Amino acid sequence: MTKMLMQGNRVIGEAAIRAGCRFYAGYPITPQNELTEYMAEHLRKVDGGTFIQAESEIAAINMVLGASAAGARALTSSSSPGISLKQEGISALAADELPAVIVNIMRGGPGLGNILPSQGDYFQATRGGGHGDYRTIVLAPASVQELADLTMDAFDLADRYRNPVMILADGMIGQMMEPVIFKKPKPRQYNDCYVLKGAGQGRSRFIRALILDAIRMEEHNWKLYRKYQVITKKEIRYETFKTDDADLLIVAYGTAARIAKGAIKRCREMGIKVGLIRPITLWPYPAEVIKHFSEKIDTFIVFEMSTGQMLEDVRLALNGAGCVHFYGRPGGVIPTPVELTRFIEHHTKNTWDRGSQ
Amino acid sequence: MKKVFGRPLSLKNNALHYCAGCGHSITHRLIAEVIDELNIRDRTIGVPPAGCAVIAYNYFDIDMLESPHGRGCAVATGIKRTLPDRVVFSYQGDGDLAAIGTAETFHAANRGENITVIFINNAVYGMTGGQMAPTTLLGQHSTTSPPGRNAILDGYPIRMGDILANLEGTKYIERCAVNTPANILKARRAIKKAFQYQMDSVGFTLVEILSHCPTNWKMTPIDACRWVDEVMAKEFPIGVIKDVKGKGHDQ
Repeated sequence: MTKMLMQGNRVIGEAAIRAGCRFYAGYPITPQNELTEYMAEHLRKVDGGTFIQAESEIAAINMVLGASAAGARALTSSSSPGISLKQEGISALAADELPAVIVNIMRGGPGLGNILPSQGDYFQATRGGGHGDYRTIVLAPASVQELADLTMDAFDLADRYRNPVMILADGMIGQMMEPVIFKKPKPRQYNDCYVLKGAGQGRSRFIRALILDAIRMEEHNWKLYRKYQVITKKEIRYETFKTDDADLLIVAYGTAARIAKGAIKRCREMGIKVGLIRPITLWPYPAEVIKHFSEKIDTFIVFEMSTGQMLEDVRLALNGAGCVHFYGRPGGVIPTPVELTRFIEHHTKNTWDRGSQ
Repeated sequence: MKKVFGRPLSLKNNALHYCAGCGHSITHRLIAEVIDELNIRDRTIGVPPAGCAVIAYNYFDIDMLESPHGRGCAVATGIKRTLPDRVVFSYQGDGDLAAIGTAETFHAANRGENITVIFINNAVYGMTGGQMAPTTLLGQHSTTSPPGRNAILDGYPIRMGDILANLEGTKYIERCAVNTPANILKARRAIKKAFQYQMDSVGFTLVEILSHCPTNWKMTPIDACRWVDEVMAKEFPIGVIKDVKGKGHDQ
């Protein structure tokens, strides 16, 4: 296991290839181009590896649909506006119960926005994103090392539940270089009963999303729902940081969580006992964990690089318990630990003042 | 007694839902006959579209993956690149292939994907109830061009076969019809040639079928078959448009 210094976007490509990804289709968009370029250079050298520069994000995700149905571990990547275009195919993958991994290196929006790091696609990622009653598993790495680990895990989760899995990072994590150790990927374990290879000598099969009969369509939706219930029960991941003695908790994910750790260090030097809950799966969401903390902590600060999207999930988790504050910087602004420290300091004072009244 | 005519093995024993006199049913049968004749049922994967043929998997007894609307060539690309030794075809209508899926079709053709496309051109959106298609003729009435297609307001019918023939990646394109016994036999030969080219790794092949739609053309099936020859084929001439391996059978 050698330690390498690599850029986040390229790490995703390397981790995917090591995990057995053999199909990649993508369309250039900043700030994720290095991943597409890495696959162009390296995936075609792998036995059975296919790289296609697609004519659009729509074509790319539909190529992934075909490759996945044909049995390949398949990947596509983009950034926010391109992910909007992919939603048609992600909805189809969910409906067809086909595995695939989709990477979103988020940038400022809405619209074309800019090419700077942002967390504005939380709603889109965690609420299905496309049309219909479905969910995608959403993994939110906060370091380049975690990009490597979660990329490998994403393929395993996609296979286990035959469902699209999204890696939701931002331009900051995609562009930065950090040391990384690639873990040994697990051998691919999946039931290939759904894979279309041609009927052979047996019965022909088909994969489809159109179910005209309402009752059968309803049952398909409930079947997906039951699968999502299992995922919610089994696959929640999160990190807690300095929560044992905390009087106040920050809830943040991805890049924002890294900034929060810097702020926590400063706050603790000032004597303010702050901790962090960092959801690693954004769907399923670690709601129970947050709810559990509200039994001993009543001040929560949700910190995002958006105007407040995960904020809704924290409020739902707390269900009226505790006091929730929000600090966010949307549009590609990267907030500093100093400004977050100031916000925490301000609200600590206010909360304590209220407590003493 | 010797059986001289029966259902192709590659067709399921299901009643077709297509309207009386529709060209889809004939084309389905032709494809199934060709799959049987080439003995490739075991390794053919089809991609049905959104449109009248969306439930083609109820009829073809081969593996099939339904495509989102217009993306047939992208889906087929993903399958073929993953399983290069399989025979992969997409089956698409004119709205699917020449409107919402133009980009996917054009670029799969330009990449020279070794797939076959069966393109049903009936000059109308069938399943949604007879709206104007990119292939609707000038002056042709549809529910979204009630006074007839007007070039100034609605543009011109697109000859996709001819456009795609200009791309280096396409190797065989023929326009056929299924309105007469003679045309049906030619269409069958064209479909077989396209599949054979794919099996020989020649590259992208497309067979455009002028397919009569009595329901949405508001004609009797017999009048619809006549209209294909007398009107539609004037705008979309029948014959080989491109064949890199030499002469077409009717040239």
